[in-house]
Amino acid sequence: MIAADLLVAQNIGFTIIAAIMVIGALRVVTTSNVVHAALWLVVVLAGAAAQYVLLAAEFVAITQVLVYIGAVMVLFLFGTMLTRARIGAETDLNNKNWFMGVPVAVLLFATLVIALNDGFGDQRLPSDSPVVSTQQLSDQIFGPYLLPFWALSFVLLAAVIGAIVLSRRD
Amino acid sequence: MNAVVLSTDLAYWAQSLLRVLGGLVAVLLPAGTIVYLFLFKMMSFMQSRLGPMEAGPYGSMQLFAEVGKWLQKEDIYPARADKFLFKIAPIIVLSSTFLLVAVVPFGPDAWFTNFEAGVFYMLAVSSISVLGILIAGWSSANKYSLLGGLRAAGQLIAYELPMVLAVVGVVIQAGTMNMQGIVVAQNAGSIFGWDGLGNPYIFTQFVGFVIFMIAVQAELTQAPFDMPIAESELVSGYMTEYSGFRFLIFFISEFATAGVFSMIASVLFLGGWAVPFSWFGWTNLDDIDNWMNVAGPLILFTKMIVLSFIIMWVRFSYPRFREDQLQRFAWKVLIPVSLVNIMLTAIFKVAF
Repeated sequence: MIAADLLVAQNIGFTIIAAIMVIGALRVVTTSNVVHAALWLVVVLAGAAAQYVLLAAEFVAITQVLVYIGAVMVLFLFGTMLTRARIGAETDLNNKNWFMGVPVAVLLFATLVIALNDGFGDQRLPSDSPVVSTQQLSDQIFGPYLLPFWALSFVLLAAVIGAIVLSRRD
Repeated sequence: MNAVVLSTDLAYWAQSLLRVLGGLVAVLLPAGTIVYLFLFKMMSFMQSRLGPMEAGPYGSMQLFAEVGKWLQKEDIYPARADKFLFKIAPIIVLSSTFLLVAVVPFGPDAWFTNFEAGVFYMLAVSSISVLGILIAGWSSANKYSLLGGLRAAGQLIAYELPMVLAVVGVVIQAGTMNMQGIVVAQNAGSIFGWDGLGNPYIFTQFVGFVIFMIAVQAELTQAPFDMPIAESELVSGYMTEYSGFRFLIFFISEFATAGVFSMIASVLFLGGWAVPFSWFGWTNLDDIDNWMNVAGPLILFTKMIVLSFIIMWVRFSYPRFREDQLQRFAWKVLIPVSLVNIMLTAIFKVAF
């Protein structure tokens, strides 16, 4: 069962972080306070960043922290605190359509499992793969993948301009 | 710490212990120095008074008295507060400081981690403290605290952008995001063929340096950017309900972060721990003599004191920005200027 090239430390680390992420994800939907839910989501996102570090993808891990924890979650908290966040438990957080989330989640999980299994099968990560440097990453983005990068940038630009148009009163 | 520590063949746990101790010193020593030298003494002199004079010679033991005072205070929290979040909020803010110091290089081999994307990591972990400040403001169950927390979040998000953009100029010029690489690029460089000073980026990236220091001032919520803790309108902002030990943690992290950001600014713009390599005929990192591992931290510390002197000087000199002035300054002045700076840097980098 235990293969010679099994990465013991990495697997233990993965299991612990994955368990924390699963508990955090469940608490996001079961907790009875909006701010607590947002903070559990921070735990899940930080766990994802830790998993990227285990995969030797430090640039992606840092981006995860900068974008999701430093910006998106702060905006989430900012928005909820500005509007309705009360201290203590609230009762009316779940609306009556909550069970529709279950099949969507199962469907998403199944899609991911099938896609990953189909794409990689029983391929293994090489245990001594070199860390992909930021320079290699940027060479890829600004070289072969320049066109998709531009397309994404235009989508974001459209969203920014749309936000300005919506929020201007005149 | 390869050459120094590994030459004596320490075990992994002993190296880790040394790094933890080094991290504690690198965070607490600048904080104590800044508080005594600038907050107690310089501020007093600028206001024509003496400051603390009783504890120790020239009041130098005042810090220990203050810490002792805070430690023996009762640990109180508001009855309606969210107790768990109220307790961990200062720790989140302080941990952001400790994560920041991890990428600062102190000498050719004296570093905690030699991150490939060190500058990027620095920008990412400095944003974690916003989370702690928001939690502190919300969990205090106090309108003033909540307002202070929200102001702080708005300000810190707004000034993170010019900070990131100011650093991009340095990264373009150095061609690396590694902090150690940036130090080497500056000190091995030359200005129009003259290498007597190396090439500290404060000359070529002066605009970036000014924007970075303004953004640091705002990130630290020091006056004139102290809207979040504006004492005449919000009591003490997000720190209002904190006292004793927890207030001490906020206080330490405020000044420790000032020290760490000054160190990062000196690494990015003033040449960091090194002296210009031409002075001793070095050409790259491997040539550097081992004594730089001792001299390096002292040089970096000196530069840090100079920069934090400027931060404190500005703090004691200028009145507070209004909230709308503060946001307008970030979005309409600093960000466009730093974008132009990036463009010019890229053009010059390609041209030369």
